[in-house]
Amino acid sequence: MSAKTVDKIATAVIVALSGLIVLIMAGLLGFILVRGLGHISFDFLTSPPETIKEGGGIGPQLFNSLFLLVLTMIITVPLGIGAGIYMSEYAKPGKTTDFIRLIVEVLSSFPSIVVGLFGLLVLVNVFGFGFSLFSGALALTIFNLPLMVRITEQGLASVPQAQKEASLALGLSKWKTIQSVMLPIATPIILTGTILAAGRVFGEAAALLFTAGMSSPRLDFSNWNPLSPTSPLNPFRPAETLAVHIWKINSEGLAPDAPEIAAGASAVLILTVLVFNLLARWLGRVMLKKFTATK
Amino acid sequence: MAQSGGRKKIQPHIVEEWTGKIYASFCIVLLVVTIFSMVYYVATKGLSTFLQDGIALGEVFGSTNWKPDGEPPVFGALPFILGSFSTSILAALIAAPLGICAALFMVEIMPKFGKKYLQPVIELLAGIPSVVYGFVGLSVIVPFYRDIFPGQGLGILAGATVLSIMILPTITSIATDALAALPPGLKEGSYALGATRWQTLSRTVLPTTMPALLTGVVLGMARAFGEALAVQMVIGNAPHIPRSLFESTSTLTSVITLSMGNTVMGSMQNNVLWTLALILMLMTFVFVFIVRWLERRAKR
Amino acid sequence: MPNIELSTKDLSVFYGEKQAVKNISLDFASRQVTALIGPSGCGKSTFLRSLNRMNDLISGAKITGEIWIGDDNINAPKTDVVLLRQKIGMVWQRPNPFHKSIYENIAFGPRYHGIRNKKKLDQIVEESLVKAALWNETKDRLHTSALALSGGQQQRLCIARSIAVSPSIILMDEPASALDPVSSAKIEELIADLKKDYCIIIVTHNMQQAARVSEKTAFFLMGELVEYDDTSKIFTNPSEKRTDDYISGRFG
Repeated sequence: MSAKTVDKIATAVIVALSGLIVLIMAGLLGFILVRGLGHISFDFLTSPPETIKEGGGIGPQLFNSLFLLVLTMIITVPLGIGAGIYMSEYAKPGKTTDFIRLIVEVLSSFPSIVVGLFGLLVLVNVFGFGFSLFSGALALTIFNLPLMVRITEQGLASVPQAQKEASLALGLSKWKTIQSVMLPIATPIILTGTILAAGRVFGEAAALLFTAGMSSPRLDFSNWNPLSPTSPLNPFRPAETLAVHIWKINSEGLAPDAPEIAAGASAVLILTVLVFNLLARWLGRVMLKKFTATK
Repeated sequence: MAQSGGRKKIQPHIVEEWTGKIYASFCIVLLVVTIFSMVYYVATKGLSTFLQDGIALGEVFGSTNWKPDGEPPVFGALPFILGSFSTSILAALIAAPLGICAALFMVEIMPKFGKKYLQPVIELLAGIPSVVYGFVGLSVIVPFYRDIFPGQGLGILAGATVLSIMILPTITSIATDALAALPPGLKEGSYALGATRWQTLSRTVLPTTMPALLTGVVLGMARAFGEALAVQMVIGNAPHIPRSLFESTSTLTSVITLSMGNTVMGSMQNNVLWTLALILMLMTFVFVFIVRWLERRAKR
Repeated sequence: MPNIELSTKDLSVFYGEKQAVKNISLDFASRQVTALIGPSGCGKSTFLRSLNRMNDLISGAKITGEIWIGDDNINAPKTDVVLLRQKIGMVWQRPNPFHKSIYENIAFGPRYHGIRNKKKLDQIVEESLVKAALWNETKDRLHTSALALSGGQQQRLCIARSIAVSPSIILMDEPASALDPVSSAKIEELIADLKKDYCIIIVTHNMQQAARVSEKTAFFLMGELVEYDDTSKIFTNPSEKRTDDYISGRFG
């Protein structure tokens, strides 16, 4: 075979396999949306699930997922940005810093189920937070922190040295320089990364099975007292999230319409992740434009 | 200078500086403490199987007999260990060529088209939650395998297929970065000698980027090894070594997922599950170690 | 004899093993422009950056010797660099305004140093812009982004920004070299104007510029101070042969 023929065949294989990936993706999305979209209705999104009857919804699960996301981000963002600032601005090059980098890398590679087990052991049992939104949020924080640290480091690394020097030369403290000059410039990168991280949190289930729990108490959506056990806002109640719900009805669902519910819930999950993705891209572009605007 | 006047009271900017420094240090210390306590707790729990319950190391790692409710109970975890390794290795074998081809397509063949269409597709694949993969695997891939191969469809190949799609983005994005980072002179030199594109790719580009490509594959494998729910949904969960790729079996993660909630903390069976978690954790160290080693190779 | 604002004694800068600046002792008078000239890599910028401890940011840099402002050796470890840098303004080769409005660029420093009164801040902004010969061009667009200004305007804004915190010394690191000739001429005019109030130390490798704007000139070569004298003497009748060679363009 001549080199030219081999080249053509190889190119064709590469193109075909790349096409296959697009097809898989299209098939995946198509399958979930076709199967799931039809099932999505206002009623489905707001009503509680049924265990053995048909027609259950995902209302509490959807609420739990959103509430847990907010809780997690409230804890993760300040901690992650703080740790990222340390790594980028305060850590001196040397053995200690290399070691911290190594263990952050290790943490980011831990399987989420292991993080969940640690949560079960320490958050649920030792600290006594029980199966609760709070335990779940802390477990997700552990799971998400390394990513947040990396995003912050990337953002700060993108700040031109000249900006930092200009601020310091005006007699501003290092901390004020980080706060008022560097972080604003790093914001587009940090924000984009944070939204993508939020998408990850929204779909995570393995770390939550043994921390936030696999069931929700009956919620009374007219009770907004965060200390009451039936209030949706109580962070110390167990909470089954949307992703956990999908897993549960697939492995032990008894309702006759379990596959439809799973499809509908998957579609909701995917659409949410999609929205996060698009939001991150759009925000990133808009903010970049705003900061580098020449007009 | 002003500093001499400030002796009496502490300058506000010094307070501010320390507040910031303490805050940032606090965050990083918290992170480090968390990791150490994770290792500590999982290790003590996992080792108590051998130290407290007196189960032999050889039984857990050598026996294929898993009978936690038996009289006496037997805890042979070999099927799970094999299940985890076979699914993740197979997943990497399926995903590696696909991911590397996608990267070649995006960098070498049609950069514009690739950046515009393939890149977002890959990024989206990365964002899809694992339970959704499990659900699709259960409703599409398992019935598909059941129809064309003997067996129930559940099993190692179903697990590996689902995992391969999940780890595709990891492999692709690292391969893309590696290919894009090649100095342009390298390829031009080969083209100048009259080599075709494939000759250039196979003789120059791929060998040079091999350590980086392998980094992506190992990272993908690490992710596949630790993935729990998607695998658990399609693997079948039978606690024995299967005779074919289409027969129900289990992985470390799947057995932990299923049994952890049904055992009492501190019981013998529960402790064995922690031992399995310890194996997962140790494998994470091994993967990180391999990745670091490959990255050092890639830099040279 | 003019008043000495800042002086260095045996100042050396090391980057790791390499000594970039070798035992420099120099006096800088107030209300005067001193030019530091020399071929690139001669250590003049490094020397300049040591004067407000900017080299602290570079890991591996070590500075020995003394830098005196009044009765304080600011190279001593106990020096509060934040307070020090309020007294020393700095302008870089490339204009680096903050990604904020024109007004905020200037009000940023004074506000941090405790001026909260809106009227007082307005006044500082106006005065600084007037001093930097930028007021007329910007007074109607104070709250628009500073990045929309031209390069020359941005550089004058950076000068305005540094004088807004009322320093007594201004360090300039080739402030006109990234600008077009017209903007460059404006910066030179500005320097001539500013020296009525400040001690200005300027690094330049444009010798005409050094000759035009400065009273004193120091010639650096390979990290050493070769010659320091009145600018007119350096450019007409240098006492060192190496200075003469550089000035007449035989190397550099």
